[in-house]
Amino acid sequence: MIRDTGVLLRHYLRQVFKQKYGLVITAAQPLFFLVLFGPLFTRIGSWEVLVPGLIIQLGLMSAGMAGFGIVVDKRFGVLDRLRATRTSRLALLLGRVLSNAAVLLVQATALIAVGYALGLRAPVVGVLLGLAMVIVLGISLASLSYAAALSVPKSLFPSLASTVVVPLMLLSGAFLPMSMAPDWLYALSRANPFTYSVDAMRELFAGHFLTPTVAVGVAVTAAFTAVSLLVGTRIFGRANA
Amino acid sequence: MTFKGGVEAVRGISLDVAPGEIVGFLGPNGAGKSTTMRMLATLLRPTSGTATVAGHDLLSDPSGVRRGIGYVGQGTSVAPFTPIGEELVLQAQLAARLGLDEARARVRELMALLDLEGLEHRIGASLSGGQQRRVDLAFGLLHKPSLLILDEPSTGLDPASRAALWEHVKGLGITVLLSTHYLEEADALCDRLYLIDKGVVTASGTPAELKAGRTLDEFYLEATR
Ligand SMILES: Nc1ncnc2c1ncn2[C@@H]1O[C@H](COP(=O)(O)OP(=O)(O)O)[C@@H](O)[C@H]1O
Ligand SMILES: [Mg+2]
Repeated sequence: MIRDTGVLLRHYLRQVFKQKYGLVITAAQPLFFLVLFGPLFTRIGSWEVLVPGLIIQLGLMSAGMAGFGIVVDKRFGVLDRLRATRTSRLALLLGRVLSNAAVLLVQATALIAVGYALGLRAPVVGVLLGLAMVIVLGISLASLSYAAALSVPKSLFPSLASTVVVPLMLLSGAFLPMSMAPDWLYALSRANPFTYSVDAMRELFAGHFLTPTVAVGVAVTAAFTAVSLLVGTRIFGRANA
Repeated sequence: MTFKGGVEAVRGISLDVAPGEIVGFLGPNGAGKSTTMRMLATLLRPTSGTATVAGHDLLSDPSGVRRGIGYVGQGTSVAPFTPIGEELVLQAQLAARLGLDEARARVRELMALLDLEGLEHRIGASLSGGQQRRVDLAFGLLHKPSLLILDEPSTGLDPASRAALWEHVKGLGITVLLSTHYLEEADALCDRLYLIDKGVVTASGTPAELKAGRTLDEFYLEATR
């Protein structure tokens, strides 16, 4: 299982890094926000608040859209060809998901580097812990994206995914802290697991490591990932997926 | 096999294929050939029924079935944008559990056997239909399965490519279950045939038995009327 996951991971990573412009294009939107919105935002807030939000935006754009890849593979019979081999269903999913997480890690690192150039002053330990969270988020977002891509009609997935991403992004408080929101909006944002990830990452970037917010963020993110992987493998292994 | 939404695609098909035989499915579009083959390849779970495929129980040991069979689905399974060499090596690493060097060697061997030499750096979309179908065959053969399932392997190919494909299938020397719309293909290639219509087997036997003095075309048109 682990060996097959590794084989698939290497295959997918080779494909991704061969198409470098694809890597840049998915990361372009958060980078635009960083460069063109950041200087405005930091009049009222700080880079340490903005960058974690943009990382979530990046995750939703990058790993959240991973399902596109499998729509193509299904359409061209590649998925069935792999499913007809002895490879475990979990490895078939993990190989893809880990490659998406790795891509997200590279993009997030680039985002943070640009952030530093612009004035971000987060402690290294906080950033590293934040990046660890990015990997976990990438895994869960990509699993869910694949599950959705295999569950809805293939013509619907692209528009569905790009629409669902918007409320998730806004409700996570990615652009402005949700403490400023009216009550109903605040309550809604608490139902979004990414809210807790953003909050925790902001604490980490601020240099606060052992706080309840971080603990809750880590717990919610971990639980969300476990559920996403479970759903992902269930749907991936489903006989007619 | 009943699909969600109530389409009963296959109802009670019973068949057996002896080692070394080439057995063919004939039948009109929508008869249930692909559904049956996908069930036998563990890609679709039958709503009822049992089968032993390549010595393994389909329901309790799908992984054993997958080790023993090569499945080549209807339509190509060649990834359009990846070099076929890379894709074949990946398939060899997964299906045959080969290390990278052994996988590469096995891919070279099969590419030579199937007249695909020199194409390893080409992306799938740039190959001709006949070349794509031979790559599909290679995918199915990398792990030396004891049973090869071929769903309409020659549909859409020009006569020369089709003939080349037949030669390759005939030369394999393993058990083959294939579906086809070409009656002359069924006649030339298959030891035995099953005629499937609306999810049931309506006739079976050797090509000679089914023809019984007529041409296979005459038999087919009569049987599917
Ligand atoms: N995923 C599916 N959902 C619903 N009906 C299906 C599905 N796949 C095939 N069918 C139906 O099952 C029947 C048999 O299809 P198929 O096995 O592809 O036939 P054949 O391969 O003999 O042309 C057809 O009526 C087809 O429309
Ligand atoms: Mg068919």
